[in-house]
Amino acid sequence: MTSKESNQTLKRLFSYAKPYRMYLIGALFSALVSVLLSLLLPVFLGKAVDFIAGPGKVDFNGLLRTIAYMALFIAGSCIFQWTMSFCTSKITYFTVKDLRNSVYEKLNIVPLEVIDKTPHGNIINTMVNDIDAVSDGLLQGLTQLFSGIMTIVGTIGLMLSINLGIGFAVILLTPLSLFVASFISRRTYRKFTEQTEIKGEMGGLIEEMLGNQKLIKAFSYEDRALERFKEINARLHKCGVMAQFYSSLTNPCTRFVNGVVYASVGILGAFSAIRGNLSVGQLTSFLAYANQYTKPFNEISGVITEFQSALASAKRVFALIDLEPEPSDEGLLSGIQADGRVSLKNVYFSYDKSVKLIEDLNLEVKPGSRIAIVGPTGSGKTTVINLLMRFYDADKGTIEVSGVDIKKMQRKALRNMYGMVLQDTWLFEGTVRENIAYGKEDATEEEIINAAKAAYAHSFIERLPNGYDTVITKEGSNLSQGQRQLLSIARVMLIKPPMLILDEATSNIDTRTEIHIQKAFARLMEGRTSFIVAHRLSTIKESDLILVMNQGRIVEQGSHEELLRKEGFYHKLYYSQFHVTQT
Amino acid sequence: MFKLARYLRYFKKEVIIGPFFKLLEAVFELIVPLVMASIIDIGIKNKDTAYVLQRGGIILLLGFMGLVFALICQYCAARASQGFGTMVRNDLYAHINSFSHAELDLFGTDTLINVLTNDLNQMQLAVAMLIRLVVRVPFLIIGAIVMSMILDLKLSVIFLIVAPLVSAVLYLIMKKSVPFYKARQKKLDKVSLITRESLSGARVIRAFSKQEHEIERFKRANDEVADIAISVGKISAFLNPATFAILNIAILTILWFGGIRVNEGSLTQGEVVAFTNYITQISLALVVFANLVVIFTKAAASAARINNVFETVPTLTDKAGDRSNLSSEELTDTGLDGYPLISFENVSFAYPGTDKYALEDINIDINEGEIVGIIGGTGSGKSTLVNLLPRFYDVSKGVIKIKGKPVQDFSIDSLRKIFGLVPQKAVLFSGSISDNIRYYKEDATMEEIKWAIEIAQAKDFVERLPNGYDTIIRQGGKNLSGGQRQRITIARALVRNPKILILDDSFSALDYATDANLREALKKNLKNTTVIMVSQRANTIKNADKIIVLDDGKVAGIGKHEDLYRSCHVYKEICDSQIS
Repeated sequence: MTSKESNQTLKRLFSYAKPYRMYLIGALFSALVSVLLSLLLPVFLGKAVDFIAGPGKVDFNGLLRTIAYMALFIAGSCIFQWTMSFCTSKITYFTVKDLRNSVYEKLNIVPLEVIDKTPHGNIINTMVNDIDAVSDGLLQGLTQLFSGIMTIVGTIGLMLSINLGIGFAVILLTPLSLFVASFISRRTYRKFTEQTEIKGEMGGLIEEMLGNQKLIKAFSYEDRALERFKEINARLHKCGVMAQFYSSLTNPCTRFVNGVVYASVGILGAFSAIRGNLSVGQLTSFLAYANQYTKPFNEISGVITEFQSALASAKRVFALIDLEPEPSDEGLLSGIQADGRVSLKNVYFSYDKSVKLIEDLNLEVKPGSRIAIVGPTGSGKTTVINLLMRFYDADKGTIEVSGVDIKKMQRKALRNMYGMVLQDTWLFEGTVRENIAYGKEDATEEEIINAAKAAYAHSFIERLPNGYDTVITKEGSNLSQGQRQLLSIARVMLIKPPMLILDEATSNIDTRTEIHIQKAFARLMEGRTSFIVAHRLSTIKESDLILVMNQGRIVEQGSHEELLRKEGFYHKLYYSQFHVTQT
Repeated sequence: MFKLARYLRYFKKEVIIGPFFKLLEAVFELIVPLVMASIIDIGIKNKDTAYVLQRGGIILLLGFMGLVFALICQYCAARASQGFGTMVRNDLYAHINSFSHAELDLFGTDTLINVLTNDLNQMQLAVAMLIRLVVRVPFLIIGAIVMSMILDLKLSVIFLIVAPLVSAVLYLIMKKSVPFYKARQKKLDKVSLITRESLSGARVIRAFSKQEHEIERFKRANDEVADIAISVGKISAFLNPATFAILNIAILTILWFGGIRVNEGSLTQGEVVAFTNYITQISLALVVFANLVVIFTKAAASAARINNVFETVPTLTDKAGDRSNLSSEELTDTGLDGYPLISFENVSFAYPGTDKYALEDINIDINEGEIVGIIGGTGSGKSTLVNLLPRFYDVSKGVIKIKGKPVQDFSIDSLRKIFGLVPQKAVLFSGSISDNIRYYKEDATMEEIKWAIEIAQAKDFVERLPNGYDTIIRQGGKNLSGGQRQRITIARALVRNPKILILDDSFSALDYATDANLREALKKNLKNTTVIMVSQRANTIKNADKIIVLDDGKVAGIGKHEDLYRSCHVYKEICDSQIS
C-alpha cells in the first residue's frame, strides 16, 4: 500500500470517528495529563531522597510536603489513566459499530451479482475480524502511540531540565533503542507472516480432512493425509522456532538497552554528583527515568506493526462500503394493479459478457397460467427467476407485468407481487411463528395458523417441542429439509401474492412430507400465475407452457404435447425419463 | 497436563538449560540495585571516581551477560515449545486418524479441529512460558523481598503488604472482566450469524422486501456488542491505574519510613533508592505472574481436552493375530463359492451411546453382480445399513458375513478396499478434478480416470471446462453445480473398479435424464460389480434386481418392484407419491 493510499484510508477512518471527536479529544487530553503527572513523580522522588541525606539529617517537613505532592500526582494520574481508557473504548466501539452498520447496510443494497460472486466467508471475515483489527490497531493504537510519544518527549525534556549533560547522553543512546526495537519488530513481523501462512495452510488441511474424516476412512486415505499433515507440520516447526525466538527477543533486549542507559546515567550522574553539580536525589530521578526509558519505544514499534495490518483490514472494510449500490428506486411506481399478466419482449441476458445465455426471449403469459421451466442440471433454470424478480437486470429488451415495464416500478413493488419458494429454503434464527410471518409482520395468530394449515405445516409444527414458539437454529438445522420447505410455503401462503415463483426440490424429502409439499404447492397455485422450476413429471404435464432450457439457453417452448410432437430436445429429455418410468 | 509432560523428555537439555540461564539473569538483575546503592553510598560520598567507574562497569557487564543468558534461554524455549508442539500435533493427528466412526461421532469434527489447533497452540505457549518465566518470575518476587529483608527487615514489611495487594487487585479485575469477554464473543457471534443469514438469504430477503427489517435486526445485535464492549472497557480500564497507584503508594511509604530509618542511622540514602527499585521490580513481576496464571489455567483446560482425545482408544480395530487380507480376486475364488457375497444374519444395531436400535433384526442376502436398491423414508436406517458394510461401525447383535466369513475376520484396510462409496453429501477436496478422483486410487492412470468420468456422465462437462481434468476445485466445489459435484464423487468411487459399489442417495442432485443415463452406463460397464443403491426415489431403484424396503429400522419387504408394489404397502405408498 502506498503512503498516499494509507493516508486516504486513515482520513476516511477518522471521518467515521468524527461524531465521537469529543471522546478523542478527551482521550488525548487524558493521555497528556496522566503522562505528565506520572513523569513528574521521579523528579519529586529525587527531591524526597535529598531530604533523607543521612543519620540526623532528615528533613521530615520537606519530606512530608514532597510525599503529599507525589500523592496528588499519583491520584491525578490514576484518574486520567482511567478516563483515557474509557474515552478510547467509547470512541473505538462506537466507530466499530458504525462501520459494521455501514457494511451491513451496503450489503442489503448492492446488486445480487456481488453477493453471488463474492465468497460469503470473506465478507463475514471482514465484518468480524477485519473490523476488530481496525479497532485494535488503529483506534486503540492511536492513544498508545500518542502517550508513547508524549512519554519520550516528556522524559527527555525533564532529563534535560535536571542536567543538560546527562540528558544529552541519554538522547545519544536513543538511536540504540530505536534500532533494537525496529530490528526485532521487522524480523518478527516477517517470520510471523510466514508462520501465519503455514498455519493457514495447515488449518485448511485439518478442516478438510477432519471435516470429512468419515470419507477419508472410506477411501483408506488416512496414511496419505498423515503424510501431508506431517510435511506441513515440519515446515511449521522450522518457521515457528525462529518466529518465536525473534518475538521473544523484545524483553531481554529491552532490559539490556535499559541496562546500558541505566549504567551510563549512573556513572555520569555519580561523576556530576562528585563534582557537586547533581544531588543524590536528582541522580535517583535520572535512574528512575532510565529504568523505563525503552518501554515507550517498544510500545510504539508494536503499535506500528499492528497499524500496518490494521490499515490493510481497513482497506478491505472500505472496499465493501464502497460497493456500487443498485440503481435507485426513487420516483418509480410504488405499486400497480397486478392481474397476473407477464410478458417478456426481446430479452437478452448473460452473466458474463463473453458467454451468451438468453437471447431474444419472447414470452406472453396469461393470468393464472402455469409455466414450467425444465432442463438438465445446471442448464440455468434459475436465470429466468433472477430476471423476473429483478435480482439481475436484463441486458436488452423489456419484461412487463400487467403491461408495465418492471424497470419502471420500484423493486419492492415488483417483488411484493410474487411469492417465491426456493429449493434452498432460507429460514433465519427466530421462532417458527416469526419465520412464517416474515412477509407480513402484523399477521394475527389466526392468519399464521391458517397459513400453516394450508401449507400442511401445522401438524408438524404442533409436534415441535415449543410449537410455534420453537426457535429455529442455524438456518434451520433442527428441521428436515421437507419441513423447511413447508415453512417457506406457509410464509408465501400468508401473503397471498398474485404471482408465484416455485422451485421444486429434487432431493432427500421423505415420502409423506413430499406428498404434503405437492398438495401445498397445488393449493398455492390455484388461480395464480406461476413459474415453476420443475422436476416432477406431473407438474410439467399440468402446466400451460413449458420452457425447455439447455446450457443456459431456452431451446424450446410450448405445451407438453406440442413439444413431444416436435421430437426435439424435450422429446429426448422426456423419453430418457419415461423409458424407466413405465411399469 | 502432566501426561503431556512426557513429550518434554525429548527436550531435556532445553528444559534444564533454559530456566538455569534465566535464573542467572534474574540474579544479576537483583544485584544491580545493590551495586547502584554502593555507587551512591560509597562512590559519591567518598568522591571516588575510580570506584564509580568500576561499579558502573559491573552494571554494564551484568547487563550484557544477562542479555546473553536470556538469549540462550529464549532459544531453548523456542526449540522446546515448538518441538513439543510439533511432536504432539503429529501424534494427535495420527491418533485421530485411528478413530472409527463411533469416536468421531463422540467428539464431533469441530471439537477435534479445535483440539488440534487452538488447544495445542495454548499448550505450546505454556511450554514456552514454563521455560522462560516460571522460574524467573517467582524468583524475582521472592528475591526482591529477600534482598529488601537483608537491607532492612522492618522496612521490608511494606513488601509483604504490597505483593498480596497487587495480586488481589489483578485477580479481582480479571475475575470481573472475563465473563464480559465471553458475553461479548457470544454477541459478536450473533452479528456474524446475521451477516451469514443475510448473505445466504439475500434472494428471500429481497423477494419479501425486508432489507430494512434486517438492517434493524442487525443494528440491535450490533448495539449489544458495543454496549458490552464498553462495559468491559470500564472495568479493565481500572487495571493500569490500580497497579500504578499501589506501586507508587508503596514507594511513598518507603520514602517516609525509610526517612525515619535513615535518620536513626540504620539505613543509608543509597539503600532507600535500592528499596524503591526493588518495589518496581516486584510490581512488574506480579503483572507478569498474573498473566502466567491465566496462561496456565487455559493450558490446563487445553491439556485436559488433548488428553481426553489421546485416552480415547478406537473401539473398532483389527482382530489380533490372524487376519486375512481380502482382495477382489479372492472374492471370486472358487473356495468361497456357494455363499452369498454379503449376508446380514439377525443384525441389530444401535449407535454408540443410544439404546434405541437404528436397525433391528435384519436378514438380507446379496449375491454377486446384483443391483440392490434400498428405499425408505428419512430415518428408516438406509444409510446406517450401508455404513455397516465397510465396518464403519460394528453391529450390536448378529453378524455380517462376506462370502460366509464374518467381516471382523478380514483386515479393516483390505475390507474397505473392496468397496467404492459415494456419500450422500457430494464432498470434493481441494485440488484438481483428477486429484479428487485419485483420492480413491492414488496411482490411477489418466485412462482410468477418463473411464470413470465417462461412466459417471461427467465427461461432457469436464471436458468443456477450460482446464478440463486439471480444473481446480474451489471452496469445496463452489465452482461446480450440485449435480456436477455429485457426478465427480461417483467417478471417484468408480476409479477403483470396486467389487461392491455403494451409492448412498447419490443421485439426488441429478435430473431424471442424467439419473437414467448413469444407471444405464453402470449396468453396461460394471458387469461384475455388485451395486447397492440407497434412494428416496422409487424411479432410481425400481429396476433393481432386489429392492429392500426399510421402515423405521426394520425390513418391510424384499423383492422386485412388481411384487413389492402389490405386497408391500410402505413401498406402494412411496411409489404412488412419486410416480405420475
